This record gives sequence, structure tokens and C-alpha cells, in this order.
Amino acid sequence: MDQALMYIAFFALAGLTLLAALAVVALKNILHSALALVVTFIGVAGIYFLLEAPFLAVVQVLIYVGAITVLIIFAIMLTRRLMGSSLAQFTGKWWIAAPLALALFGMIGLVAYSTTWLLRPKEALPADAVAALGTELMTTYLLPFEIASILLLVALVGAIVVAWPMKDRVAVENELDAKVAEARRRAAGLDKVEDAAGAEKAEP
Amino acid sequence: MELLLQGLNSWLGQSLPEWLVTLIGMAIVITMLLLLPTVLFMLLVWLLRRGIARLADRFGPNRVGIGRFNRERTRQRFPLWGLMQSIADGVKMFTKEDITPSGSDRWLHRMAPIAAIVPTFLVFAVVPFGKQIVGVDLNVGVLYVVAASSIFTVVLLTAGFASNNKFSLLGAMRTAAQMISYEVPMVLALVVPVLFAGSLSLNRIVEAQGAWLGLRWFVLYFPLGPIAFIIYFIAALAEVNHTPFDLPEADSEIVAGYVTEYSGMKFALFFMGEFLNQFLICGLAVTMFLGGWQGPGVQLGGVLGYLFSVFWFFLKTFTLYFGLIWIRGTWPRLRVDQLMGFAWKRLVPAALGNLLLSGLAVVVFNLLKR
Repeated sequence: MDQALMYIAFFALAGLTLLAALAVVALKNILHSALALVVTFIGVAGIYFLLEAPFLAVVQVLIYVGAITVLIIFAIMLTRRLMGSSLAQFTGKWWIAAPLALALFGMIGLVAYSTTWLLRPKEALPADAVAALGTELMTTYLLPFEIASILLLVALVGAIVVAWPMKDRVAVENELDAKVAEARRRAAGLDKVEDAAGAEKAEP
Repeated sequence: MELLLQGLNSWLGQSLPEWLVTLIGMAIVITMLLLLPTVLFMLLVWLLRRGIARLADRFGPNRVGIGRFNRERTRQRFPLWGLMQSIADGVKMFTKEDITPSGSDRWLHRMAPIAAIVPTFLVFAVVPFGKQIVGVDLNVGVLYVVAASSIFTVVLLTAGFASNNKFSLLGAMRTAAQMISYEVPMVLALVVPVLFAGSLSLNRIVEAQGAWLGLRWFVLYFPLGPIAFIIYFIAALAEVNHTPFDLPEADSEIVAGYVTEYSGMKFALFFMGEFLNQFLICGLAVTMFLGGWQGPGVQLGGVLGYLFSVFWFFLKTFTLYFGLIWIRGTWPRLRVDQLMGFAWKRLVPAALGNLLLSGLAVVVFNLLKR
């Protein structure tokens, strides 16, 4: 019975994921595509849950749905030209893209075919899999872990540097100050002119 | 859940196959998890309106109730303190016209409120309401809560975009920026009790606070616990767009933010999500820092222990919720630039430093114990 339930859940999730993935490439509105991508990610997270990897599933939702998709949606919303316009599904260069995609698919298929899949793990899962994962990350896989975090740090610093053109900002501020001063002077001048006009009218 | 299954098994185990008993148990739990938030929502709205009214020296809703008429054919002064107001509001919401603005993305506009309520209900599944009273005791509970609430960011961006309204889009952008920024200090503060308890499971975190008659709460681990608690509470307020961080729906600036173009039941769903999220941040604060369902009397065996655990959880949570009402009734709103600066320049460094010190403290204590 458990086996049957697992199969039902797996095929439902796999179907959902594949349908959503199809929608990502087939939909004409790019925002709809981005949202279909969310469904794909959630479907994959569900499959992780089925495989008894709840940590991976939750992180999948947290990173891919909570961060990456939000980033994609922001990028779409901030690029005016993409909003509202429907996208063409075919361009003239499909004859380049199709063989490349086929080659990629073939490569992934080959890898999937030649891998010997472990149908059940050699040893039972540790009772606290998350703690075991943390220990492994901090001992056996410390170097890759640190390299990944340094990579992220570099990206973060780079983003700040790119978003912070100090000289330009000073120049823009000076320009704005000059404009404001100019406007003030002009306003003061106008006031004088009006006063003068009013005075002329009032005199006779 | 486990408890319920055991009970069902001993009751129906002989006459029904095991998988059917499991399914029935699941159905009962799911129904309860859907009904509890709904009933809570009505109570919370009423509590907020009465509380704010009290703070503003008004009466608040005090008419709708099962009251008797006195001789002058006027209702008694407080017929059940207006408790039935929420039911009247519910009927009103159902009968209101549902408007879809022209030029909006119809499908997304319809889906957004539904998708907005789902993460909230998902979180309810892992909150330990009492001793062994929890939907699912996930061993990644804390992360699960954070992940579920992060889905909401996508939903509100969708809602803001689909409405085809400047104010909606502005509100959505503001909310997304705010939620992403404040998620960082919130998670960093939540890691501190995780370190203390040595587990990500909400239930085990509560159990780790069980010493001293259930009063050894993580918030009492001076000074790291209180700092983490305060940082969590501030960041969580911003996460659920509560005062003083209610810029996303600042009615004096951008009408109602991303819910501007929603009416009728669709608006009610957003509204419900907001209230339940406020309840959940209180519940989570209680679970992580204030001992959850632990308290004097929980150690008793039998039904009494369970009753005490539920009582303590809800007492603590509603006390915190009253704090929210208090803040809402008295505090002004932050400006956008103040908001971002506060998150990144104050809360994140404070939370990071606190986390480092907590890690150190845990290591030192473990060494001393040996």
C-alpha cells in the first residue's frame, strides 16, 4: 500500500513538474513563464520530500522560490520592454538551437543511463539527517563549502561596487544643487517682477 | 497526529484496514488545520478592533451579539461584547461585488489571493499547539516555516502586477523589498534558539525549554536570548507588514498597496492571510523563545497535562498578539529609506554578532559540561 501511495505521489508530482516546465517555454507572457517556473520548483521540492530529503526540499523552496524567482520577477518588472508584450516562440535561428538542445538532452540521458542507481541506501539514514549533513559540511567538505561562501562574498561585494558609482553620484548631486539654486534665483526674480507689476497697478 | 493515529487505531483498528485508518486520521487533522485558522481569524479581527478602540478611547464593535433587549427596546450595553461582529462581516464579504479591473491580468488576479493564503495554512501544519499536538513534527521545522513564508513574496508581486494599477505595483515592490531585507535578520535571530536546542524541529526546541517546571525559556538566556528575541520580533513585524512597518499598504500614501484592486472575498483572503500571519509570528516567537507550550502543570500526566500545554501556548501567544495591537494603536510609520537602513545597517550586524556569540557560548557550555 505504501508503495502504491508513493507511486501515485511521484507520478502526480512528476506530471505537475513536467507540465509546468512545458508552460515555462510555451507561454507567451514572460511573467506567466516565471510563475510557471515557481510551480516547477515546488514540484521538484515535493519529489525531494518523497525521497526523504526534507532539508533539500525546504532549501529548494527557500532559495529557488523565495529568492531566485523573486529576482527574475524583479528583473522582468524593471525592464519595461518585456512587460505586456507577448513573446515569439520561434526565431529564425531554431536550426542552431534545436541540435544543441538535442545534444544536451542526449548528454543528460547518457549520464542518467550509465549511472548505477542506488534503489535503497547502503546504510540506514541517520536519525537526525540535518545534523549529520551539517557535521559533514563542516568537516569532510569544509573546503568546497568555504570556496562557495567566498564566491558568494565576492559576488556580494561586486554588486555593491557596481551599484555604487561614487563619482557619478557626487556629480549628479552638484548638478541638482545648481539646478535648485538656479530655480530659486529665478523664483526670487519673478517675485520681484510681480511685485513691481502690482506696485505699478496699485499706484494710479 | 501520532496520538490521534494511536487512538484511532485502538478504536477502529480491528474493523478497518490500516491504510484506511491512516487516511481517516489525516483527514481529521487536515480538517482541523483548516478550521482552526478560520475560527482564529474571526477572533483576531474582533480582538484587534476592540483593542484598538480601547486604545483610541472608543467602544469598538459592541452591538452584534446574542443579547437580550431590555424594556426600552434597546440592546443591553455589551451583548457578548460584539463577538458576533466577525460573522456579520463574513456575510458582508461574501455578498460584496467582486470587481476585476479592466486591463488586469484576469487569471493571475484571480489566482493571487488563493496562492496568498496557502503558505499561511502550510505553516499552521508544523506549529506545536500543545504537548504532542502538532500537525507534522518535521525535523527541519524552522526552515520549513521560513521557506513557506518566502513563497508569499512571489504571490504579492504577482498580485501587484496583475491588478494593472500604479499603487498596486508600488505597494508590491515596496513589500517585496521589505520582506527580502527583513528575512535576513529574522532568520539569523531564529538560528539562536536552534543553536541552544541543537535541533531544527519546532517540537524539540519546545522540549528543550522544559526545565524549571517549564519556565527555562530561551529568552531568559541572558543576554543572547533577549537580544535574539527582540531582533526576531522587530524583523517579524516587518515580515507581516505590521505597524510600524506597514508601508506596503500605507493608506495615506499608496491607497492599500497590492490589495488596492481587490474586493469582496478576494480581499477577505488577503485580509485573512495578514491576520493569521500576525498570529503565526506570535506563535513562532512563543515556540522559539518563550517556551512554547511549556509551563507549570504541563508535567502532569493524563488529559490535564495536555490541557495545560494548550492553555499555556494560547495564553502566551495571545499576550504577544495584544502587544501587536498595542503597537498598532500607538506607533507611527517608518519612511522607506529609514526602513531599509534599519534592516541592513542595524538589525543584520546585531543579529550576526549575536549569532556568533551564541555559537561560542554553546561550544563553551558543552565543553564545561564534559
